[in-house]
Amino acid sequence: MKVLIIAEHDNLVLKSATAHVVSAAHKLGNDIQILVAGHNCTAVAEQASHIEGVSRVLLADHASLVHQLAEAVAPVVMQHARGMTAILAAATTNGKNLLPRVAALLDVAQISEVISIIDASTFVRPIYAGNVLATVQSSDPVQVATVRASSFAQAATVAAPCAVEKVAPQTAQNQSRFVSASHNTSTRPELGSARVVISGGRGLGSAENFKLLDKLADKLGAAIGASRAAVDAGYVGNDLQVGQTGKIVAPELYIAVGISGAIQHLAGMKDSKVIVAINKDPEATIFQVADYGLVADLFVVLPELEAAL
Amino acid sequence: MKIVVAVKRTLDAYVKVRIKQDRSNVDLASAKMAMNPFCEIAVEAAVRLKEAGVATEIVVVSVGSDKVQEQLRGAMALGADRGIHVQADDELESISIAKLLRAVVDKEQPALVLLGKQAIDSDNNQVGQMLAALCNYPQATFASHIAIADGQATVSREVDGGDQVVSVTLPAIITTDLRLNEPRYAKLPDIMKAKKKPVEVLTPAQLGVTLRQHLKLIEVNDPPPRKPGVIVGSVQELVAKLRNEAKVIA
Ligand SMILES: Cc1cc2nc3c(=O)[nH]c(=O)nc-3n(C[C@H](O)[C@H](O)[C@H](O)COP(=O)(O)OP(=O)(O)OC[C@H]3O[C@@H](n4cnc5c(N)ncnc54)[C@H](O)[C@@H]3O)c2cc1C
Ligand SMILES: Nc1ncnc2c1ncn2[C@@H]1O[C@H](COP(=O)(O)O)[C@@H](O)[C@H]1O
Repeated sequence: MKVLIIAEHDNLVLKSATAHVVSAAHKLGNDIQILVAGHNCTAVAEQASHIEGVSRVLLADHASLVHQLAEAVAPVVMQHARGMTAILAAATTNGKNLLPRVAALLDVAQISEVISIIDASTFVRPIYAGNVLATVQSSDPVQVATVRASSFAQAATVAAPCAVEKVAPQTAQNQSRFVSASHNTSTRPELGSARVVISGGRGLGSAENFKLLDKLADKLGAAIGASRAAVDAGYVGNDLQVGQTGKIVAPELYIAVGISGAIQHLAGMKDSKVIVAINKDPEATIFQVADYGLVADLFVVLPELEAAL
Repeated sequence: MKIVVAVKRTLDAYVKVRIKQDRSNVDLASAKMAMNPFCEIAVEAAVRLKEAGVATEIVVVSVGSDKVQEQLRGAMALGADRGIHVQADDELESISIAKLLRAVVDKEQPALVLLGKQAIDSDNNQVGQMLAALCNYPQATFASHIAIADGQATVSREVDGGDQVVSVTLPAIITTDLRLNEPRYAKLPDIMKAKKKPVEVLTPAQLGVTLRQHLKLIEVNDPPPRKPGVIVGSVQELVAKLRNEAKVIA
């Protein structure tokens, strides 16, 4: 039972999400291979080779793969799809961009954001912004699925690496071209894998005020997140949006400040271990999922909280 | 330039979903339905391209039961010129919808196909990418900005690390993210006019598409409830609880 995992990386570093996908893959097969498609990404393949339970790393290193555009990567995945019982990727924007394209080329369904695997063809996944969990069974010969990293443990690292095999990608495509990218250069932990997340909403009132969360985040080693309203109002960049259409997080501690708790926001954070809500409206929906609620003006309590930590 | 926009009828975004007693599926029997919000954004994007003189015709297509004609009329009230209703089961899976849309693309030969990035019921985020694969077109997913010139679409994409700009050769598939635009509301005269716009009804057989089932829904469940929380009286109490009870801070 062979499983192919598409590595999540930026040509330098393998993202921890991939190690979470490896844990999920164990439920689907015993021969787990990781495909690293990129350019000048030998370091990534090396990191992948140290994940426990991986039997082989396939390294497709080619200039045409540097930006991991789906039009270029999908044919590489197809070259290695044969004989696989499952093809997996983390449910990141990369994974979501690529895997449906692969599934269609294979003429099979794709299963999105798997949170639990019941058997080799039966999966649980959230629908309706996480308000319903659907159990679906596939009759396809190969399971193509994106996996919600936070729902599976991170596979351990081992000292002895598995084999890294260089593969020659057939990727010529001129349909799409990378133009530019602007990346968030924060030194904070990554939102998707941080132990603590502090998110701000419209209640913060301005981009200036949003910075109030910085000091608190520094003290807690936290990542910063935001509601859609805060992103739309321009307080922070879109890559910080938590929710149905943003990032899904499940940290040990989630602190929601000035966020009302719309279902689309809850979809992105309600699996956090401990939830704290600070809101001046005692009726705010966010209190329904909070373990600890503080009904207060955030501008009064944030400085107090910072001092108390 | 012709644009095809695919729209889905979904549960209204602000209505709470209920599951059937026998847990076989969600219960939509008397629920308020609407156009998927991401599809509204796709329609708006198409209308703006027409207003800007870039597009000449907008064809809106929906796959589902007869009720999807409501959403087609809605899109035509916003500015789409005509509709195509592909008659099918409302529960069709993404790969099947993509196959039907591919047949519509073959028939219509648009320069651009716009879809929402995700349907808010299934939360699949698949059909656009699948359609791109089946048509062998480039794809620009999660678009927050679109510029069309010289047979190319230059698209800003909302990706995990920030923004990425790609340029795709037309014909291409673009899926829309929330910040692409703010959809307008339909005006009453336009709603009246939309009633007279043509809607072509097609079956999968007429499109030459045979479908097969890949996935079976076994059951649906409510997510596990969270244990009830407490309201604390002060910052001091909050910090004490986080330290000593939840043990999540040092
Ligand atoms: C298709 C779709 C997808 C969506 N996807 C997402 C998503 O991914 N993520 C997301 O977050 N949203 C999403 N939304 C939007 C969502 O419905 C809400 O509009 C949004 O989450 C509201 O953000 P908010 O809580 O910051 O703002 P509001 O709802 O305006 O809440 C602000 C809160 O701040 C409180 N407040 C104000 N001042 C203070 C103060 N001084 N002290 C303390 N509290 C204060 C108020 O009491 C209020 O509860 C989506 C919507 C749609 C239709
Ligand atoms: N039944 C349908 N009819 C027409 N378009 C659809 C249908 N289902 C999905 N789509 C399109 O595909 C997009 C993404 O949906 P999904 O992949 O199901 O999350 C939607 O926003 C629509 O543009």
